[in-house]
Amino acid sequence: MKDFAILAARKTPWEIVAPNLTVLVFGLLAFAAVIFLIFILAERASVKAQEWLKYLVFLVPALLLLAIGLIYPAFRTLLLSFMNADSSEFIGFENYIWAFTRPEIVTVMTNTLTWVILVPLASTVIGLSIAYLTDRMKRSSAIKSLIFMPMAISFVGASIIWKFVYDFEPNLKKTDIGLLSAIAKALGFTPPNWLLEVPLNTFLLIVVMIWIQTGFAMVVLGAAMKNIPDEVVEASMLDGATQWRRFLLITIPMIRASIVVVVTTILIGTLKVFDIVRTMTGGNFSTNVIANEMYSQAFRQLNYGTGSALAIILFVAITPIVWYNVRQLRIERSER
Amino acid sequence: MTTAEKTTLGTTRTGRAKVKNVFTSPWASAMAIVLAIVWTIPTFGLLVSSFRPQKDINSSGWWTFFANPNVTLENYQQVLFEGTSVTPPLSQYFFNSLAITIPAALFPLTLAVFAAYALAWFEFKGKNFIFFTVFALQVVPLQMSLIPLLQLFSQGIKIGDTTLIPDLGITGTYIPIWIAHTIFALPLATFLLHNFLTQIPRELVEAARVDGAGWFTLFRRIIFPLSIPAIASFAIFQFLWVWNDLLVGLTFGGGAKDIAPLTVRLAEMVGTRGGGWEVLTAGAFISIIVPLIVFFSLQRYFVRGLLAGSVKG
Repeated sequence: MKDFAILAARKTPWEIVAPNLTVLVFGLLAFAAVIFLIFILAERASVKAQEWLKYLVFLVPALLLLAIGLIYPAFRTLLLSFMNADSSEFIGFENYIWAFTRPEIVTVMTNTLTWVILVPLASTVIGLSIAYLTDRMKRSSAIKSLIFMPMAISFVGASIIWKFVYDFEPNLKKTDIGLLSAIAKALGFTPPNWLLEVPLNTFLLIVVMIWIQTGFAMVVLGAAMKNIPDEVVEASMLDGATQWRRFLLITIPMIRASIVVVVTTILIGTLKVFDIVRTMTGGNFSTNVIANEMYSQAFRQLNYGTGSALAIILFVAITPIVWYNVRQLRIERSER
Repeated sequence: MTTAEKTTLGTTRTGRAKVKNVFTSPWASAMAIVLAIVWTIPTFGLLVSSFRPQKDINSSGWWTFFANPNVTLENYQQVLFEGTSVTPPLSQYFFNSLAITIPAALFPLTLAVFAAYALAWFEFKGKNFIFFTVFALQVVPLQMSLIPLLQLFSQGIKIGDTTLIPDLGITGTYIPIWIAHTIFALPLATFLLHNFLTQIPRELVEAARVDGAGWFTLFRRIIFPLSIPAIASFAIFQFLWVWNDLLVGLTFGGGAKDIAPLTVRLAEMVGTRGGGWEVLTAGAFISIIVPLIVFFSLQRYFVRGLLAGSVKG
């Protein structure tokens, strides 16, 4: 009888998928129908009506969504950051004081700092080197594809890939299945429990992010190098510049703008990344970073006050970069 | 072909070849190849392991596979189709990922190409201000929006007793995830498409206007067809972004297994060890196969989108 009840309660995959499929198909059809209708009606409207209809149809939906989904939440998050866990009373700067004084949160901050220094630096340097090595090399596209590939993989997927590399076998008699342990043993070291070893574990997590971002740096910088005119390169060769000097004195200065873009893009991405830490260590063993701590404060501890304060700190850290980018864009647009 | 043409062609070729030769030293090639191999080994190890029997995975390194090849599809069979109502099989999450990703790529692109058209071709006050605001919003971390947006979906927006937006009753469906992804994609998509749309020749637009095309006809007949390549580049980008996302899926659909995407379930499996490596390797590979196919078949467009986004910004 009991077994029967369980069987009856169990849904077949189709029964679970069917309602969701309905929502999906209905959602897509409704969206298409609305757009279609709007165009049919608007094209028949008078010229005068079209003058204001065009704003309503083309501009307002996006602006409305941005206002509701990004601008209003930003102010609300700011407000919540000065309130207690369930947002019932104001507590001033307490959440911020908490963020900068609690020892575990100070660890979070130093870890985050380590990430944002190492990831952009290493990814850009390695990416730049590969771009330079493969620049003008024949049949280099396979090499580039392989290095670029991690960009397409999710952070969760990448974390599982690397967790497998870092796998640790506590039983000395058993064979290692983790590649890193096997290499360490082959070289004559006793492998530590990689992801528990502080501060080594933070660096091992950083490696994952570098592995992902290097391809991005390589592609963007490689494209920039392609734009250096052959004449410049030939002239430097006639002058007898060595490979290294040519790299330092010609290549780097000529792609400087792209380097800045790559570094800032990776920097922002690194500040916001939480998936790697969450999947590989869950933020334990002193590996936590601010984006992951924000998530666990807000959605695990359900403390909207501290969670919001951490989001604001994250935002403030990014602001100078935004400001710099806006300024660059203004300059670029005025030059046009 | 005349002799003169031949020689000119010939010299330019050798000229380029000379420059090329200097760069392709065998050392540089060797180093690049070594790096590419190092970069691929971790993924390769995962792929190989996912096809090994459970006993082999847990008792020997994947590199021993080649000495003792034992291939099985058992792991895939297990993660894809064997599950309970508490922990559904991955095939269901795979469906969820698709059902989240397709609309979450289509909606923002449509709205963004609309907004980009307005910002590129309409003349109105405050246009520059809006453009720079949209640009700046690109880098606002998602984290800033999560709590208020989640509250909005579950409770609506109230100021005092007046309800600005009511509780929509859409929690537990895909809709909040679609809307969240749409909002978060809008700034970058609008910015990139705007850059593209401003490059459409002014004469073309003006000629159509003179011929009596209204703003809507102009969009449908000229602007939209011309911007399809740019839309396609960004569509790939957005598809990968949504497919690979964990944060939005977790926040807006993490609680409900009917709607949670693959990444959420995988992260859960790692955390609770809902299985050993035989399940994790196969599961991870299922989640990365779609982006890998998209990536390798459409790499050129993907790179184009990436370059447009970074070099200009």
